Order: sequence, then C-alpha cells, then structure tokens
Amino acid sequence: MGGPHPALEVLGVSYSYGNRKALENISFEVEPGSFSVLLGLNGAGKSTLYCLITRLYATRFGKIRIFGFDVNRSPGEALRRLGAVFQARTLDLDLTVVQNLSYHAALHGIPAREARLRADLVLEQVGLSASRNAKARTLSGGQMRRAEIARALLHRPRLLLLDEATAGLDIKARAGILKHVRGLVKQSAIGVLWATHLIDEIEAGDDVVLLHRGRILDKGKASAIAERADAADIHAAFEKLTAVDGGGRQ
Amino acid sequence: MRGAATAAARRRGYGFVSYARCFNGIVWRETLRYWHQRERFVSALVRPLVWLFIFAAGFRSVLGVSIIPPYDTYVLYEVYIAPGLMAMIVLFSAMQSSLSMVYDREMGNMRLLLISPFPRWFLLISKLAAGAAVALVQVYAFLAIAYFWEIEPPSPWGYLTVLPAILLAGIMLGALGMLLSSLVRQLENFAGIMNFVIFPMFFASSALYPLWRVKESSPWLAFICELNPFTHAVELIRFAFYERTNLGALTIVLAAAIVFLAAAIVAYDPSRGMLPRREGL
Repeated sequence: MGGPHPALEVLGVSYSYGNRKALENISFEVEPGSFSVLLGLNGAGKSTLYCLITRLYATRFGKIRIFGFDVNRSPGEALRRLGAVFQARTLDLDLTVVQNLSYHAALHGIPAREARLRADLVLEQVGLSASRNAKARTLSGGQMRRAEIARALLHRPRLLLLDEATAGLDIKARAGILKHVRGLVKQSAIGVLWATHLIDEIEAGDDVVLLHRGRILDKGKASAIAERADAADIHAAFEKLTAVDGGGRQ
Repeated sequence: MRGAATAAARRRGYGFVSYARCFNGIVWRETLRYWHQRERFVSALVRPLVWLFIFAAGFRSVLGVSIIPPYDTYVLYEVYIAPGLMAMIVLFSAMQSSLSMVYDREMGNMRLLLISPFPRWFLLISKLAAGAAVALVQVYAFLAIAYFWEIEPPSPWGYLTVLPAILLAGIMLGALGMLLSSLVRQLENFAGIMNFVIFPMFFASSALYPLWRVKESSPWLAFICELNPFTHAVELIRFAFYERTNLGALTIVLAAAIVFLAAAIVAYDPSRGMLPRREGL
C-alpha cells in the first residue's frame, strides 16, 4: 500500500484566521524517497500548512493526502504514516529521552518491548545512545532536536515533516541534523518535507516549494526555479521573487 | 485495485490491544508526571486537611447538622464535611489537570498527543481517566489521614463503594476542566477562569453546609446550589461513602459528565471546535 501514491499531496488548500488569509490555493506533492523544501520567510504560512497536514487544524478548502489517505477522512491511516518535528520543542522536559520515546510509542500502539528495541535503534541512528536515560531538560538544543527526530522515526513513518528543525541551533548542530535527515532519505526512502527560511540549507537538486505570504511563488528543482527567475542561484531567485510587488504569482 | 487496497488498509485499523497500549501510555505519563511533582501531592493533601482540622474544628459548635440522609444520627461537623473535602480534592485535581493541558498546549507537548493516529475522543477520554486516577490516589491518602480523626465509613466496605463515585466525579469535573482548557488561549487566563469556576462551584454546594441550611437563609442560593453539578458530586460521594446510592445525584453527575465530555470532544475536534480558529495551537 502506498507505492503508487505520492508521500504527500496538497491540493488547492486555503486557510484563514478570521479575515486574514494564511494560505491561498496551495498545491504541491512530495514523492517517497525525496527531500523537499518548503522555503519561506517567517509568517509565510509554513507552520499553518504543517498544522493542516498533521490535522491539528481541519482543512476546510482543498485536500491533503498522505500516501493516498485523506487527512480529514482517514486521519488514523494518514497519521500513522507521518512523523513530525515541530518548530516548538515538544519533549516532556521532566521525562528522560527514552521515556519520551516510550510515550510516543504508546501513542502509536507499539508494544513496550518493541518500543524499547526501536528506541535503542533510532537513538543510535541519531547519535544519542549515551543520553538515553538523561532528562530531556539536560540536553543541548541540538540534542533535543535529534531526540525529537528519533521520536518522530520511532513508529517508522514514510513521510517526515520538519518545521524549522534547525532554528536556534549553532552551525555545527544545524549541519549535523541536516546531514542526518538527508541520509534518512537515501537509506530509508522516506519522503521528507523540510520547512525552513534558511536558504543555505537547500541543495541544487532539492525540490523546493517557495511560499510567500500564503501563496506559492514557484515550485520545482532549486536549479530550475533559479533558471526561471533568471537568477544565479536559489538565493538570488528567492530575493527576486519575494521582492516583486511584495506578493507573488502562482 | 488501488481503491480496494486503500479500503482494506483502512479496515485494518487498530485493535483492542493497541488501544489498551495507548491508554496505558497516557495514564503512565500522567502518573510519572505527577510523581515528578510531589509538591502537588502535598498541597493537594494540605488543602482539605486545613479545612478539616482548622475550619471544621472552629465551626463545629456554630454549624449544627440535623439528621439527614445518609446519616442515621447526629454527626460531627468534621464528619459532615469529609465527603465535601473529598470532592474538593477531585475538583482541584481536575482543574490542575486542565491547567496542565493548557501548559502542554503552550509548550507544544499537546501536539504530540493530538497527532496520534488514535481517534481524538479516545485520546481525550484516556487523558481524563488518567486525571481521575491521580485524584483517586489523593482522596485515599486524605482518607488514610482522616481515619485517625475518626472520619471513617460505617464499615470498611465504604472505602470500596466510594471508589466509583470518586471516579465518576473525577471524570465529570475533568471533562469540565478540559472544556474550559479548550476555551482558554493562554496559561495566565486559565488561572482567572479557575478562580471563577472553583470557588463558586465549591462554596455554592452542599460541601460545607447542608442545603436545607442554605434554603433557610436564601432560597435563591439554594436553587443555584441545586443547579450546581458539584453539589451532586458531593452527595454522590457522601452516600457512596455510607454504602448507599443517591440515584438523583448519580443521574445528574452522569448526565453532566456526558454533556461536558461531548462538548470537550467537539471543542478539541479540528473541524468543529474552538482550537483551530486561533493561531498557534
């Protein structure tokens, strides 16, 4: 199940907070085994879109499907295939790393013994085995993020969402996390949607969705976006596109 | 072909064992959290004990209690207010759990719970049950201390018969707290709401004085007390502690629990509730 479907389909999604439009007619796909970047400045609508994909908010206009399962109609099937790392830290600081992972495992119905085995495995993958019994509040920012990534991988999702996962981290920690997530795409063929406002995290071959003020300005390979914008690279393309009328075109 | 596979996968879903694991995980996390906040346990005990040993001792001679069901004889004022204090523990515990939900929402932990693939109603009921279990521990700790001041049921069975009453009261008050937590945007606002809910609920009830006494001084206040579901939670616990059933109180507490719970589930439903209409869940 899931083979012929994209990992994520966002089809004509719009969302408003009262009279303020946060997202307008957003459509894009994330393929399994691909690293896609949702690029936008703060306030572009990235977090709102993540809340819709994870069903924290209901999609009123448009459709969101995860491996073919509609998030609104089959939330259980959609969410069990999804792992998420939110911009805000979501570890329980009073619990140890492994207790945080066990709690997550329970929320996915994973047996305790199986959860312990999986926890050991994912903690080793993110290089946190030595801190498994440390209280979450004693971890550094980078370690917390890695613990959250380990937790998001525990139930073996096939789509991973990361919202500004490197925000507030130093250069070394940022590079380490990015490298790890890119490695996951290659090793596990997991689909990744990486939301960021940091252009230096994008590589030329990445699929990019350029979001600005709730609208998609352009989407496609980073190199293709640069070419279409008649810019030297994605950085220059982003500057150019977001400068046009302060808004954008779809 | 694809449609058939999708339908088959949809039907697979989660079985009873998976639900039980999820439920256990939520209760385990609440218990662990409670264990880490031992001062919460102490303060939850100190509050009713202060009422019992200071307030009740002071008012023993002022407030007479005539023979009313479930009592077969005159009782000391301490004995009368003990069920009210048990309900008070449940009320404060329920509001504390709701406060922690608002805190979790602000800190982001709530997202983890809400993006679980299990149905949201099940997640919320599990969280309520966990809160009620924590309240239960507090009530029995209070009863263990109160025993040395001769506050005890007519037979040891009373300790057992009061258990479902405490749990039901805990679920009813927890559901109310959960509903309130869905309406509150920030932690600071919740403290204000708690003051507007806890104190009127507690004082406008039969926890501290029998309703006939209230009626003597103010029929209107007595009417308000009758409308207050907390009054019926107190009476349910009082009768259960004396190994009796107050059917009227049971019906009202059960109905209130269902209404509050349904409203809380709707409020936390992303397509219908209050939460998605605001930014920054």
